[in-house]
Amino acid sequence: MKLIIAIIQPYRLEEVKQALYAAEVNLITVSEVVGHGRQKGVTEVYRGVKESGNLLRKIRLEIAVNDSFVQPAINALTKGARTGELGDGKIFVLPLERCVRIRTGEEGHDAIG
Amino acid sequence: MNAGDTAFVLICAGLVMLMTPGLAFFYGGMVRRKNILGILMQCFTVLCLLSLQWVLFGYSLAFSPGNWFIGGLAWVGLNGVGGAPYPDYAATIPHQAFMIFQGMFAVITPALIIGAFAERMKFSAFLIFTLLWATLVYDPVCHWVWGVGGWLHNMHVLDFAGGTVVHIISGVSALVTALVIGRRKGYNGLASPPHNLPLTVLGAAMLWFGWFGFNAGSALSAGSLAASAFVVTNTAAAAAGLSWALMDRLWNGKPTMFGVATGAVAGLVAITPAAGFVGPVPAIIIGVAVGVVCFFAVTVLKAKAGYDDALDAFGVHGVGGTLGALMTGLFASTAINAAGANGLFYGNPGQLLVQAAGVGATAAYAFVSTWIIYKLLDRFVGVRVAEKDELLGLDLSQHREAAYTVLE
Repeated sequence: MKLIIAIIQPYRLEEVKQALYAAEVNLITVSEVVGHGRQKGVTEVYRGVKESGNLLRKIRLEIAVNDSFVQPAINALTKGARTGELGDGKIFVLPLERCVRIRTGEEGHDAIG
Repeated sequence: MNAGDTAFVLICAGLVMLMTPGLAFFYGGMVRRKNILGILMQCFTVLCLLSLQWVLFGYSLAFSPGNWFIGGLAWVGLNGVGGAPYPDYAATIPHQAFMIFQGMFAVITPALIIGAFAERMKFSAFLIFTLLWATLVYDPVCHWVWGVGGWLHNMHVLDFAGGTVVHIISGVSALVTALVIGRRKGYNGLASPPHNLPLTVLGAAMLWFGWFGFNAGSALSAGSLAASAFVVTNTAAAAAGLSWALMDRLWNGKPTMFGVATGAVAGLVAITPAAGFVGPVPAIIIGVAVGVVCFFAVTVLKAKAGYDDALDAFGVHGVGGTLGALMTGLFASTAINAAGANGLFYGNPGQLLVQAAGVGATAAYAFVSTWIIYKLLDRFVGVRVAEKDELLGLDLSQHREAAYTVLE
């Protein structure tokens, strides 16, 4: 079992969702985050005063999958989020120790799907 | 000169001024949150830009004595427009009071178009477009309908407060701009969820409030005609708000806040040409009808035709204004306003044809002239922002500001 965390551009979310559905990855958690990597934020100006290096809005996706779905999910995330520009984001894959479905108490492989 | 009339018209001018910021919130709540400042900025800038245009030459082009098509240049810079009344327009108030009241109409009309090209128009191109449109489309049509010597004025087209002059030409022009600029990036032809409906409702409330100035003020005197226009304005808005909610209920199962707010605005649009000519029962009929018709315009027609009129400027103002202008030809009565005319239901079927001619002429002129202006502007300046700017949002890309912070 793996936990996939992806940071993507907000406007790519719709494409990423469609790509994930196509790969039969249907369970995702989405949150809004701010940050920047090598890409610096947009300079903002308030009453004539510049404020540079602002953080940019990003979308963070969390996807828990069984091992056989890791590569399809990565492929789908890449397909949906890639524009070729700086700021397209990153994908992290972490080992996942346990997974419990609250409603039934099922664990592991069965609980993820 | 009458002090009561003067006070009333000046206050009404203030009420109509408030409609443009009201429209800004009405529209601003509907866009994605990366674009709300873009909308507020466009509306507020129209208020600044057109206030100057009107005083410098717009008022003269629209209202000074000229030919059948456009006014003259006699009143450029408000030359000769002073404290004395100009009886051809309003005999009991200072000429300047009439001028500034009309100026607020000239401000909000181009602002209505913003709804069609929302979330994707370049700010620089927007400024040029607004100035050209106000001068080449609004000012002539205003002269046709309301100016002394205007050809639709001479045909006795009934337009009490701007069904043709304000709503039809802005609505039709909105459709043209939506067609020329194209769909928003990522727009799937379905819903585009509003980022802040409470702001939209606040805007609708400000519009409703300001509309009393718009319609009752168009009586240009503080008397029974103003009271009658006030009553039918409120009545039509109320009827349309409920009829839209009913359509929501029948079509999608639940009445919606967005629907009631939109319906009320559609009712205000439709009663605008009729306000000084119809009674309260016709106002209810007009309100109910416009709620149903505009509902289908934005729900079915837009989706079928495939244009991206982002905030339904055409669907509400173009369609609602047309319906109102035509229904004025059905329900107008000289019992309400002796200076008006009777409509079809009061024994004068010819008035409906006159109204249809007014609608056809103003819509056709707005369509063609806006098409030319917008196409030329696109050719030489470019109307649409770069794709990366559209994705980033107009707030940051056009103005380097953000409306909301995420942290703190």
